[in-house]
Amino acid sequence: MAINPRNRKPLRTLAALAVLIVGLYGLLAAVVTWGSAQWTPKLGLDLEGGTQLILKPVITNGGSISQDQINQAVDIMRQRVDSTGVSEAEVTTQGGSNVVVSLPGTPDKATIDSLKRSSQLRFRAVLVEAAGAPQPTPTSTGTATAPSGTPSATPSSGSKATAPAGTATTSAKSAFPPALSQDTTPTPTPSATGTTGSTGTTGTKPKDASDLAWITPDIEKQFTALNCSDKAVEAKLATLVDDPAKPLVTCSQDRTAKYILGPAEVVGTDIADATSGFQTTQQGAQTNQVEIQLKFDSNGTKKFGDVTSRLVSLPQPRNQFAIVLDSQVLSAPVTQSAITAGTASITGNFTEASAKTLADQLKFGALPMSFTPQTEEQVSPTLGTDQLQKGLLAGLIGLLLVVIYSLFQYRALGFVTVASLVIASLLTYVTVALLGWSHGFRLTLAGVTGLIVSIGITADSFIVFFERVRDEVREGRLLRQAVETGWARARRTILVADGVNMLAAMVLYILATSNVRGFAFTLMLTTIIDVAVVFLFTHPIVAILANTKFFGEGHKWSGFDPERLGAKQPLYAGRGRVTIAARRAAEESAQS
Amino acid sequence: MTSFAQFGNDLYTGKRSIDFVGRQKTWYAISGVILVLALVGIFARGLNLGLEFRGGSELRVSGVSTTQGYEAKAKDALGGLNQGADVVVTKLGSDSVRVQTEKLSDTQTEDARANLAKAFGVDENKISASFIGASWGASVSQKAITALIWFLVLVALTMALYFRTWKMSAAGLIALVHDLVITVGIYALFGFEITPASMIGFLTILGYSLYDTVVVFDKVRENTGQAVANGRMSYSQAANRAVNQTLVRSINTSVVALLPVAAILVIGSVLLGPGVLVDLSLALFVGIAAGTYSSIFIATPLLADLREREPAMKDLAKRAKRYQAARTRDEARAEEAGEADASATAGDETAGSHREPAAAGAGRASRPVHPYVSGGPRNQPKRPPKSKR
Repeated sequence: MAINPRNRKPLRTLAALAVLIVGLYGLLAAVVTWGSAQWTPKLGLDLEGGTQLILKPVITNGGSISQDQINQAVDIMRQRVDSTGVSEAEVTTQGGSNVVVSLPGTPDKATIDSLKRSSQLRFRAVLVEAAGAPQPTPTSTGTATAPSGTPSATPSSGSKATAPAGTATTSAKSAFPPALSQDTTPTPTPSATGTTGSTGTTGTKPKDASDLAWITPDIEKQFTALNCSDKAVEAKLATLVDDPAKPLVTCSQDRTAKYILGPAEVVGTDIADATSGFQTTQQGAQTNQVEIQLKFDSNGTKKFGDVTSRLVSLPQPRNQFAIVLDSQVLSAPVTQSAITAGTASITGNFTEASAKTLADQLKFGALPMSFTPQTEEQVSPTLGTDQLQKGLLAGLIGLLLVVIYSLFQYRALGFVTVASLVIASLLTYVTVALLGWSHGFRLTLAGVTGLIVSIGITADSFIVFFERVRDEVREGRLLRQAVETGWARARRTILVADGVNMLAAMVLYILATSNVRGFAFTLMLTTIIDVAVVFLFTHPIVAILANTKFFGEGHKWSGFDPERLGAKQPLYAGRGRVTIAARRAAEESAQS
Repeated sequence: MTSFAQFGNDLYTGKRSIDFVGRQKTWYAISGVILVLALVGIFARGLNLGLEFRGGSELRVSGVSTTQGYEAKAKDALGGLNQGADVVVTKLGSDSVRVQTEKLSDTQTEDARANLAKAFGVDENKISASFIGASWGASVSQKAITALIWFLVLVALTMALYFRTWKMSAAGLIALVHDLVITVGIYALFGFEITPASMIGFLTILGYSLYDTVVVFDKVRENTGQAVANGRMSYSQAANRAVNQTLVRSINTSVVALLPVAAILVIGSVLLGPGVLVDLSLALFVGIAAGTYSSIFIATPLLADLREREPAMKDLAKRAKRYQAARTRDEARAEEAGEADASATAGDETAGSHREPAAAGAGRASRPVHPYVSGGPRNQPKRPPKSKR
């Protein structure tokens, strides 16, 4: 069958739409098969069940929060959530400053506490280092009881028991422990007075932060019991109290080593800046050694100078300086010289990326940032499912009512509305599913409501179009022409009206808070899809239908019956023909 | 059905015309009364702010088999936790109970869940608990107000640019504020709870109300443009014709937009009780209805009032009056003369393509003249009489 030449252009548009839909579903199929996507849209916590915490970062020493700091806060949160072993947790920002943590299921108290905890970066001297996993030779129970049996007064005996094990494993752990050295030394270090070499550890009170007298039997016991490769350690670390005045027993962040650390000596706020990059030699040539450069403020310079002067002369592992964030050791570089100039360089086997991460952590971890929960919401999955089901039922009924109404109003043309709505929902479904995969977009209850509400708004653009076409038919135009002139006018109205809607949704999206965002996002999405459907489907299909006998000649049930639309005027249609309305009127008068 | 299509036709051709613009005082008065009521509601009764704005804890028990004596049960269950605290217990739908209290600590929440589960004989995971800090609501509403202001500014600019007149922006925005006040007022008067979800609803009304106004204004612009060109109608008349011509669309659009919202509202409130679905759809329902009303009865008459004050529009009104007077004179004359051959000429009259203000009986008039001709005789260069040359 030959294609009516008038149908070529609309058919081409329809073909483009078909390609678009098939392409989108093909993409979804591809990412489901080979990627991590799923066929159904991802559901928000209010539908899937789980806990959502909205945390507001608080900077204790006043001041505002920059975007970088917020990103850092999100990173910190992510690390904390990951460390508690919750899978599929999601950390996002909201409204520019709040951090939203969404956890599936009901988190235990420890997890929530760990999220609320303030984030503190501290530098502590290393007292003892050991491999993260327990050593085969001294069974954990054996060593745990032995030191506690001995009277507490002699700390050195306890340390001897573990220290050798520590040094033995350090070399095994990493061939290149990071090194802490003076950065681009302009002045020869005048080794800040001879206070460091001051002997004796016999006093019960620890003399300085590197004194092994910090290690009480209790700490000893904790240390031996600590197994960093154990699953349970995550929860334990998450609840660890990081008291700056007390020694700390903890793991390194990568869980390969465990430490007993002295009290905090330098804190995050002492750091003025931290950057990462390739080390340069004295001559200014770049080497391929990645380093992190630290800059301290005046207070920090002094403290850091004192500490490094003391550490540099101590034996391994006590010459190490642990950088502790959230009670976990980020890095423990070996002090290579006393650093009094306020700038330090940390080198080790860092990659560019890991150096950047550490530098960021140093810089922003400097903020004594804590989080106060603003809301905490637990949604049981049954409630969410219930709401979703009822919501979808409501949507279905709403859709049905719209269909009935438009069939009633527009007769056969109502089917075009129905088909357009079906196309729109096909497109919406696939985009929501794809966005869930690519951007982690989750459909919340507000979002579902937005989708249902959009049924009406989408149908509206068809109504604007149809009414315009009817107006043109009333003017006495042939349907085929009416569709085109009506479309030209309706198009403008649809575009500007949708533009206003889009503007509203965008303002909502940019300015509003999380659950408002889900709704605003679906509004934006459906507005775009609405425009696409009207342009790519409704208009071409009506144009094609206008060429059929049923519609083009204005059948009574077509919705475009010129007579019913009051076009009394016989319109000369060329070649001696007049339009159907006139002919029918003539027929009727002949019959009567 | 037939009558509705016929109604549309009549409205379109001007055979039937509802005087929306001319009777603006009536609509203003009606809206004024509603607005005063709404404002009294807002300021005298106050808004019933949800937990999100007050701060506190909320527990929901779902799947309750017997809701008999639910209030006492829930109060007993929570009795030991915070003495003297006011506990608000509401029944939601047929099988859910909502308990709102002042903020509970984590352990208290756990205890409350366990107690409630025991009291209502349901599984503990059927109980959802949420705690909301009071600052949450404050930050939400602050954000909403910022969004509102930004939106108004941007939309005013967009409309002014698109329609090339600030008066359409102004009329549209007044209608918008009108809708918003009415919606919030209804919330206040009936004591519906304002939650973040209803805030979303209020913000969505902004978009919808303007959408509707923009569609009507687009037609107003088209018609008034013609009117200014041919001087047959005053601005108000042309605007009124536009409202009439888009009336069927307005009705259809509103019905189609309201149907899904109503479905959510009914199903939500019958089966679920207060929650996101109901809060959102209630605000939308009221707002969409108000938005349709305002774009017909408030926005367009306001616009006409604003425009009629312009000297150019006053001029147009005079021209239109002159034209229409001439038309009625012509018709009267034609009536007398054409009584006899009326039946003969009626058949091939061309009436449809012209939009006369007084279209009733227009078919009987002499052949419609081209707008160019209707402007009156052209000013021909006058030649002075021979004697004066």
